[in-house]
Amino acid sequence: MTQLDRRSFLASSAGAAAGVAAGAGLGLSPAAAQAGGVLRIAMTASDIPLTTGQTDQGGEGQRFMGYTVYDSLINWDLSRSDRSSSLTPGLATKWEVDPANTNRWIFTIREGVQFHDGSTFTAEAAVWNFDKLLKEDSPQFDRRQSAQGRSRIPSIAGYRALSPGVLEITTRAPDATLPYQVAWIMFSSPAQWEAMGRNWDAVALRPSGTGPWRLDRFVPRERAELVPFPGYWDKARVPKTSRMVLLPIPEANARVAALRGGQVDWIEAPASDAIASLRQAGFQITANAYPHNWTWHFARNPGSPWNDVRVRRAANLAVDRQGMKQLLADMMIPAEGFLTPGHAWFGNPTFKLRTDVDAAKRLMAEAGFTPQRPLRTKVLIAPSGSGQMQPLPMNELIQQNLADVGFAIEFEVVEWNTLINIWRAGAAHPSSRGASAMNYSYFIQDPFTAFIRHLATELQPPAGTNWGLYSDPDMDRLFQDLRTAFDPAALDRAMQRIHEKYVDEALFLMVTHDVGARAMHRRVQGFVQAQNWFQDFSPITIAG
Amino acid sequence: MLAYIGRRVVYTVPIMLGVSLVCFALVHISPGDPLVSVLPADASEQLRLTMMRLYGFDRSYPEQFGLWLWRAVQGDLGTSIATGRAVATEVLRAAGNTLRLAALATVIGFVFGCLFGFVAGYFRDSWVDKLASLLSVIGVSVPHYWLGMVLVIVFSSQLGWLPATGAGPGGSSSWVWDWEHVSHMVLPAITMSVIPMGIIARTVRALVAEILAQEFVIGLKARGLNEVGVFAHVVKNAAPTALAVMGLQLGYLLGGSILIETVFSWPGTGFLLNAAIFQRDLPLLQGTILVLAMFFVLLNLAVDVVQTMLDPRIERG
Repeated sequence: MTQLDRRSFLASSAGAAAGVAAGAGLGLSPAAAQAGGVLRIAMTASDIPLTTGQTDQGGEGQRFMGYTVYDSLINWDLSRSDRSSSLTPGLATKWEVDPANTNRWIFTIREGVQFHDGSTFTAEAAVWNFDKLLKEDSPQFDRRQSAQGRSRIPSIAGYRALSPGVLEITTRAPDATLPYQVAWIMFSSPAQWEAMGRNWDAVALRPSGTGPWRLDRFVPRERAELVPFPGYWDKARVPKTSRMVLLPIPEANARVAALRGGQVDWIEAPASDAIASLRQAGFQITANAYPHNWTWHFARNPGSPWNDVRVRRAANLAVDRQGMKQLLADMMIPAEGFLTPGHAWFGNPTFKLRTDVDAAKRLMAEAGFTPQRPLRTKVLIAPSGSGQMQPLPMNELIQQNLADVGFAIEFEVVEWNTLINIWRAGAAHPSSRGASAMNYSYFIQDPFTAFIRHLATELQPPAGTNWGLYSDPDMDRLFQDLRTAFDPAALDRAMQRIHEKYVDEALFLMVTHDVGARAMHRRVQGFVQAQNWFQDFSPITIAG
Repeated sequence: MLAYIGRRVVYTVPIMLGVSLVCFALVHISPGDPLVSVLPADASEQLRLTMMRLYGFDRSYPEQFGLWLWRAVQGDLGTSIATGRAVATEVLRAAGNTLRLAALATVIGFVFGCLFGFVAGYFRDSWVDKLASLLSVIGVSVPHYWLGMVLVIVFSSQLGWLPATGAGPGGSSSWVWDWEHVSHMVLPAITMSVIPMGIIARTVRALVAEILAQEFVIGLKARGLNEVGVFAHVVKNAAPTALAVMGLQLGYLLGGSILIETVFSWPGTGFLLNAAIFQRDLPLLQGTILVLAMFFVLLNLAVDVVQTMLDPRIERG
């Protein structure tokens, strides 16, 4: 045991006291009280997202604990706010499909990348991580991470390391969207898992990734403190603040109070009725388009009233999107299509989304309905839910809009998690209770989540989440074209053609896009809100 | 006395068994998917079924209940689906935080409740009685989540005197009894104390009035006992009932308040229950409800015993 003399004890005590005094005001451990500034963020989650690699808690989990502590083989470029995000090299410097066998992809692994524990990232480590998610009999298989990651990479049939620097991935069928799928997968350190006794629960407390941030302190359900990883391979993305503190505060008013009271510097999703007063009090409000939409997903099984394109178009023309914008204190972007306006995959649809009550009435009359003899149908909604914005007043507004042109909408209100289960089960399942549509908001970031999963015939439940049981050989052909569009420009064009069909045939009731509102203190500087579910916290600085 | 205590302990066994059955059944018959916290929303039904198998939810309910109960009696409440952490550890940590908050709320509620109750009962129909009664009615009636929000707006947002959320700098794991930490408890504890304060005040007021009307009080006065002496007798007679009411209130407070702990982001059992409910984390939900129910049962047992010690007539009854 080390002997501690009186002088050194006093010196260390004084240092500790100074550290505590400096950090106390911020609610930080003494080590945090240093130059560079501390960024304290209130998340909407009720717990710290899973820290072991493949995060839970949806987009927010990946935003705060995925792309901070970890990297993917292919990352999202989050450096721009003025255009939709694109993919960029991450742990792989290059990826290409084998021209002789389009089921085979070769990934070139970035050299010299180190995990936070000092071990090196190699193709073998990548294989180990895929086994962690997909191979149930592997020692490192983790059902929690598997639950999160497995559905993200449906095309992967096999993988192997050809050398430490080369990874081969094979797909079940040619699939040009593979890079977007791979961008979901976070890579944790095999060496750390070994060091923690091959125990993921132990790894959760001391995880090790390759990302720009390292988890320094973790109090379950209360806080996570991240510090910069100086050895990060992308020197431009080494964080500028000395620490980032993540606090789960699920209640919107509590987050606002924490910001106003100086307990945090940044809150996610402030209550919309608090935005004006926060702005007035000098806080910054940031918002930007991001790949989210708020829709009614139409059932397309036999007997559904939405099988008539005139009815679908009429509903889309009846919605007063500007009125809804007023309702939401401007915190929305009126839908012009399924994707956000100006998106690289938007294309040039001929059916323009606008409010035109007369045109909607004409279409409904052609279909045999009037306000006096309305089309009666039932729609499933939830009173709240992730990404659902303010579903009750929004749906009531739409109900009124549609009543004006010949619809009589009855709502079937169910709890959010119940709605998710109904969504998985399909429109023909008894749990759908005869509803012909469902209010659902979507994460629409990549080809699969944006389009394929909703309308591919092969993904009708239980195989996938084509809730409406939509089936159109033309659409399936477009999806097939997309999967074989290995040239990026060809892929973009294929996506545009799919989006044009989505809009021209009014395949959904396309209402609005959320804007990812955040409120932050004036001293938070340098944040670039990318048009993405994930964000880069590295360039942020805290002004004195 | 020992026989009475032994009898009371034996009575708790079927109660505990019933509680465990009810809490298992309630959790399982409510709608929703136990894997909602671990599956992405867009996971397919096929993947959901695979995960149901991996987590053991494909077994029959009696089998699941039997396994859970067998482990629970050995102190293993299972593992949280959402976090993978041991439920017992999660619940005990949260219960410690709630206990801290509940203790302060109890002290505030008991002291002010008794004060208002005794004053109102002793000076019945005076303006003091009316004021104390008004305060106690407000305490019982006011929605505490609303009160919590108002307190936050006034004392945190506007005045900046007290923190609005959390369990102190560094979280509850580094708790120390200094002002920096205690300041985080003030607003939630006051919010939490208003209901027990109102209930105790009303109970004590009625008790005091009833006791004062009894013949022994007239006897005491006739024997020349001064007001302080009479008051002491009144307090002694009112104590068992007041204590029983307080015990029950402490039981409620130990359960944490989902609303208060959510408003203040206090990491106690209420906050934990809220997370477990929204995440459909069945093992955590079952474990938390079971532990809270056990707290309640044991607290009632303790109150019964203390009441008997204070008033031997209860044992004879």
